[in-house]
Amino acid sequence: MLELVNVNRSFGGTRVLRDVTFSIAHGRMTGFVGANGAGKTTTMRIILGVLSADSGTVTRDGRPLETADRRRFGYMPEERGLYPKMKVAEQIVYLARLHGLNPAAAQRNTATLLDQLGLGERADTTVESLSLGNQQRAQIAAALVHDPEILVLDEPFSGLDPIAVETVQGVLKERAARGVPVLFSSHQLDIVERLCDDLVVIAEGAIRASGSREKLRAEFGESRYELEATSDIAWVRGTPGIEIEALDGATVTFRADTADAAQNLLRTALERGGVARFAPQEPSLAQIFHEVIQ
Amino acid sequence: MTDYREPSFANSVNLVAAREIRMKLRSKAFLISTGILMLAVLASVLVGGLVSTTASKTNVAATGAAVAFAEAIPTLNVTVADSVDTAKSLVREGTVEAAIIPAEGSGIGVSVIALDTVPQSLVAQLSTSPKVELLDPGAVNPVLAYFAAIAFGIVFFMSAMTFGTTIAQSVVEEKQTRIVEILMSTISVRALMAGKVIGNSILAFAQIAVIAGLAAIGLTLTGQSSLLASFGPSIAWFVVFFVFGFVMIAALYAATASLVSRQEDVGSATSPVMILVMLPYILVIAFNNNPLVLAIMSYVPFSAPVGMPMRVFLGEAAWWEPLLSLAVLLVTTAAVIVLGSRIYSNALLRTGARVKLSEALSR
Repeated sequence: MLELVNVNRSFGGTRVLRDVTFSIAHGRMTGFVGANGAGKTTTMRIILGVLSADSGTVTRDGRPLETADRRRFGYMPEERGLYPKMKVAEQIVYLARLHGLNPAAAQRNTATLLDQLGLGERADTTVESLSLGNQQRAQIAAALVHDPEILVLDEPFSGLDPIAVETVQGVLKERAARGVPVLFSSHQLDIVERLCDDLVVIAEGAIRASGSREKLRAEFGESRYELEATSDIAWVRGTPGIEIEALDGATVTFRADTADAAQNLLRTALERGGVARFAPQEPSLAQIFHEVIQ
Repeated sequence: MTDYREPSFANSVNLVAAREIRMKLRSKAFLISTGILMLAVLASVLVGGLVSTTASKTNVAATGAAVAFAEAIPTLNVTVADSVDTAKSLVREGTVEAAIIPAEGSGIGVSVIALDTVPQSLVAQLSTSPKVELLDPGAVNPVLAYFAAIAFGIVFFMSAMTFGTTIAQSVVEEKQTRIVEILMSTISVRALMAGKVIGNSILAFAQIAVIAGLAAIGLTLTGQSSLLASFGPSIAWFVVFFVFGFVMIAALYAATASLVSRQEDVGSATSPVMILVMLPYILVIAFNNNPLVLAIMSYVPFSAPVGMPMRVFLGEAAWWEPLLSLAVLLVTTAAVIVLGSRIYSNALLRTGARVKLSEALSR
């Protein structure tokens, strides 16, 4: 488990991280969401040791992180970068070797990973002649090639087409299934929604919420329901314990103070004519996100 | 996990240095310019050899008993003439510089016929000189000294420029492509900088070794091995000084280049270092016959790699002087590395606008 406790960091008098505290668990995909400039990249850089924290600790299983630990991390920085004039495979082997892999393992992992990511045929192409999407895949290969024990990925899905997004999701899920803690940030909330087990929400340098998706749903998502009756449903106005969000003919979307209030409304609707559809609505991540950062 | 072994500092430096060398050797521009440089060195040695061997032979005509006399002198190119008249007409035509004819009664048994001036060098070659003992040997032919100055100056200047610029570009490439962030999270910044400096230094030394080797082979082939012998000690010192001087300059290039984020800005950022590299080259050419300037140059760390070998070549340096100057250079190099790696590691993550030197030094 990787744990950040009260991490602070300022740049030239501006405080960009305030007592950042959260943890990433083994085998869990943790989504890291926040607006631009909220402090995601700075936090990730501090985890990787590229930046130092002004105060606070980053520990792994209770021990402070050292350079040797970090060498076993896989990192994909927000600002992408590989050597433009090096060949894809050559470059990834080089990075694997820097991480401490022996030459044979570096070659083997590179070949496997490039095939997995659909870049096998481009292994001997220079990076500069790859398309942007393929450069992105190569970048992911660079972060994964040394079988990292912890993955920290800054916007791993940006710039990928939907098929590539799926490929990369598959690869990351497979790593998590092996027990690797994965922290990734993304602006694409739908992807985070599909992929993450845990969620960390940051705004203005402070962690606003963190925990499992279910926990956050329970905490921040109000119970919303959608009811479609067989006839006009204007009568629901003014029902106690019910707050109407949208009403259109026979369809109503509402929040209920308690589950009983919703059930009562459903009962009334059945008595008054009939119900075509009744469904509790899980709050989407976007809704939770808005809720949390407000 | 047997696939994985905690890499040591040396491992990391090794890998970085090997990459630098591999990428440089893949650059066509580098290979072509090195090829041209080597051809130029070889050509100048060969041409110099040919000119000096032909120039030292004097064309003469000889008749009768003088033929054997003239042919006994190795520096003469003898044309045998039937008679004195034929020999005279050869002199008139300009085919030969002078004619040597038998002369009864003269001291050495021959006399010389020339056109309008007394051929001093020929006369000197014909005379037998007494053995001369010099009490203060070591004065070096000034022309030779000038060429030595140019050679040391140009080799140092070229190598420092070529490989210094390579380091600078490689540093900025990593900043510009942002791969530096991955590198920094993998290996220490010191290992990264050391790998770059060492990789390019090895290339620079290899290039100089090949040039020196070509020059040596060329000199031997063209029968100028005596010249080689007189250059020997100064070349040895040059190599030693170059090793440390280049490392110092490489560290400076890496540090100054790390202040900027775009290839376009490399030139202006590294220009102070370039001036430091150019200065000794200009000074040694302008002042190679001024002992005071050379003495100062031989102790200032930036010009010592050119100044000290020059003084050793001229025989002006006492035995301890290169050692003292080397010590000064070593201390400076160490200080520059410490300062340079500080600037480098502080400036590396700052992209965008040029980082001020004072900011890079403080934090």
